Amino acid sequence: MKIGVFICHCGENIGKTVDCPKVARASALMPGVVYAEDYKYMCSDPGQNLIKQAIKEKELDAVVVGSCSPHMHEKTFRKACSSAGVNPFMVEIANLREHCSWIHNDINSATSKAIDLIRIAVEKVKFNEPLIPIRVPVTKKALVIGGGISGIQAALDIAGAGYQVILVEKEPSIGGHMSQLSETFPTLDCSQCILTPRMVEVYQHPNIKLMTYSEVQNVEGFIGNFKVTIRKKTRHVNEELCTGCGDCIQKCPIKKNASSEFDEGLAKRPAIYVPFPQAVPNIPVIDTSVCTYFKSGKCQMCVKVCGRGAIDFKQEDRLVEEEVGAIIIATGYKLYSIDKKPDDYIYKGYGEYGYGQYKDVVNGLQFERLASASGPTAGEILRPSDKKPPKKIVFIQCVGSRDESKGFSYCSKICCMYTAKHAMLYKHKVHDGEAYVFYMDIRAGGKMYEEFVRRAIEEDGVKYIRGRVSRIYEDCGKLIIKGEDTIAGEAVEIDADMVVLATAMIPQENASQLAQLLGVPYDKHGFFQEVHPKLRPVETSTGGIFLAGACHSPRDIPESVAMASAAAAKALVLFGSDVLEREPVVAKVNETTCAGCFYCQKVCAYSAIERKVLKNRNGNFIKEVAYVNSSLCQGCGTCNATCPSKSVELIGFKDDQIFAEILALAEV
Amino acid sequence: MEDKNWEPKVTAFVCNWCTYTGADLAGTSRMKQQSNARLIRVPCTGRIDPLFIIKAFEGGADAVLISGCHPGDCHYNSGNFHARRRWIFFKELLDFVGIDSKRLYFSWVSASEGKKWVDIVNGVIDSAKSEGPFLKYKNLTKEIELNNE
Repeated sequence: MKIGVFICHCGENIGKTVDCPKVARASALMPGVVYAEDYKYMCSDPGQNLIKQAIKEKELDAVVVGSCSPHMHEKTFRKACSSAGVNPFMVEIANLREHCSWIHNDINSATSKAIDLIRIAVEKVKFNEPLIPIRVPVTKKALVIGGGISGIQAALDIAGAGYQVILVEKEPSIGGHMSQLSETFPTLDCSQCILTPRMVEVYQHPNIKLMTYSEVQNVEGFIGNFKVTIRKKTRHVNEELCTGCGDCIQKCPIKKNASSEFDEGLAKRPAIYVPFPQAVPNIPVIDTSVCTYFKSGKCQMCVKVCGRGAIDFKQEDRLVEEEVGAIIIATGYKLYSIDKKPDDYIYKGYGEYGYGQYKDVVNGLQFERLASASGPTAGEILRPSDKKPPKKIVFIQCVGSRDESKGFSYCSKICCMYTAKHAMLYKHKVHDGEAYVFYMDIRAGGKMYEEFVRRAIEEDGVKYIRGRVSRIYEDCGKLIIKGEDTIAGEAVEIDADMVVLATAMIPQENASQLAQLLGVPYDKHGFFQEVHPKLRPVETSTGGIFLAGACHSPRDIPESVAMASAAAAKALVLFGSDVLEREPVVAKVNETTCAGCFYCQKVCAYSAIERKVLKNRNGNFIKEVAYVNSSLCQGCGTCNATCPSKSVELIGFKDDQIFAEILALAEV
Repeated sequence: MEDKNWEPKVTAFVCNWCTYTGADLAGTSRMKQQSNARLIRVPCTGRIDPLFIIKAFEGGADAVLISGCHPGDCHYNSGNFHARRRWIFFKELLDFVGIDSKRLYFSWVSASEGKKWVDIVNGVIDSAKSEGPFLKYKNLTKEIELNNE
């Protein structure tokens, strides 16, 4: 093998602390090296040409470049060599800059280290073999999990670009939390007015297959080639036949046995119901836990009134298989329930705030329903206990957020804004009412956000008190709030009619199970984890799976929509090519020596190792061996180190290669 | 036989995603460190075969350092867990084969911990200096050669 060594000065970056000509001279003497040279800027055009020319003139088979980190210019040099006819995987980089010249002062020791690093690379490259990138086809179809505003936006963007989308929503209707909101900050425009047209657009879009009341049950495969199993839960209503007339809902005799999920428990709903009048699709669901037919086999009122015969008590869950190339997770959030927790629960809860104990202590989403024109009070703010307008209302921020002793360390980010909005809505509706807000800090970063909070304080006269509340208790029909005003430095006591707690945003139930199903990391709170917090905020470490909205971290509507569009863009980038190329650094089994112990299968994090039966010419069983599915293998090499018979090797980091590197450092 | 100018040799096996990048960061931040360590890049600590370590000692290393992503942060989900489990057993065996396990170091250094990497490298080099040269293998090799002659 003829090896060429090229030493880069990187201007003075390497040249100042490493004697590059000396390194080149020493390299030239290494066995196998037929050519060595140093140059001021190897990555520049003339530098690359120098390599290309040497490859041609000296008929090099392999190249070692002593330069910056391989994370920096490995691709550059591989490309240059490839264009001159050397396989890109016959190029090794010795990191003379980040790992040598930049971290040492003494030129002698740095130079001898540089020579060692070159020797390591030269010895390794002798065992390299020409490789061809793996090409996998891309299924140009996306799965969006979650039909809130993030999922809706992502689905519309991808569908708008001309690709098929499957939108899966676990509830009977899409719309998510945004559909529950009354008005939205900082413009106070009606949430449903801006959301429902989008929901309808999703429903009518020819490229979107909407699967509501469905959940992702299983995911297999890899970027560009996922196989997804979706469980379509039974509605007991035939979706093709139902026209959404609502007669069944009107006539259902069970009116008061179930509380409405959409109204956050502040209203009742029938056994057969749509979550809210604007639901998409407008097809009812039977709640079998309260339906008389499912309890006693009687009633069947809905069957009698349905002119289309759409009610189907025998309907069962259905499993649907789909093949997609990209997955967008948009499962959103839920509110931290702050009532008293069991003693062994990791989060302590806020028993002292009386949530769940006093009817007039509600959380933010419940207040949204009270303030919403479509809510149980038709937009009038009436307290739940006696349906009277509260004359004095107290909002408490950071309940569960920024409080490690009782809740979570993080800031839920939207509470400052929605509390200001709540207080404002309250003042607009109860003109003679008093509104108090207990806060730790006001975090109103965002376009027109600070101005919005100022408006609540200055124009609407909401009283902001900086401090925490220690306890809430009932006394003579009033809720007594005991807290402190840390600016005035005194204790505060307010006798209020109603309390609204801005509780922390936490990931949806089962978010961590979904993460495990998809093989995507999540943080200690259960929020999905991005690959890089700054530069790759919507990608997960699993290729082809992207994140949108509050499943990643607490965020408001504009941010969720922006993130959803970003995730859609990432999926579209993937769909932009017919095949994907990836590095061929994957494991490979030597079937002759493999004993079929399958230890490798146990340690593989990607289920990339399969069982393969070897048969002889006559079709008789010889043995069972491991087989690496190279499109699933990510190239960690754990199997390689685990295999007792050394029958599986990681191409690019084979035992020979690493032993050669180690022995390059041995004393001669 | 102690050479006054003796400098320890440290072979470091580092994973590509966390520690190698962390060491890159130390470089871009110009964090000066002693120059005795030689890094061998592997994709993941899970790839590191215990034989690599023995081979490094056989080849004259005075200390071996292994470093990868923090538990839970592995680029390959669980490679470092397998590695960690492997070392727990291997460290004991190392003593058994006659290599002082004090010469073998493990650490978790993330891509953002340039400073930690420098401290670890300097720490390992300093302790390798105080341990003195690792001669057992060399003496053994000599003995074998003598016997063969």
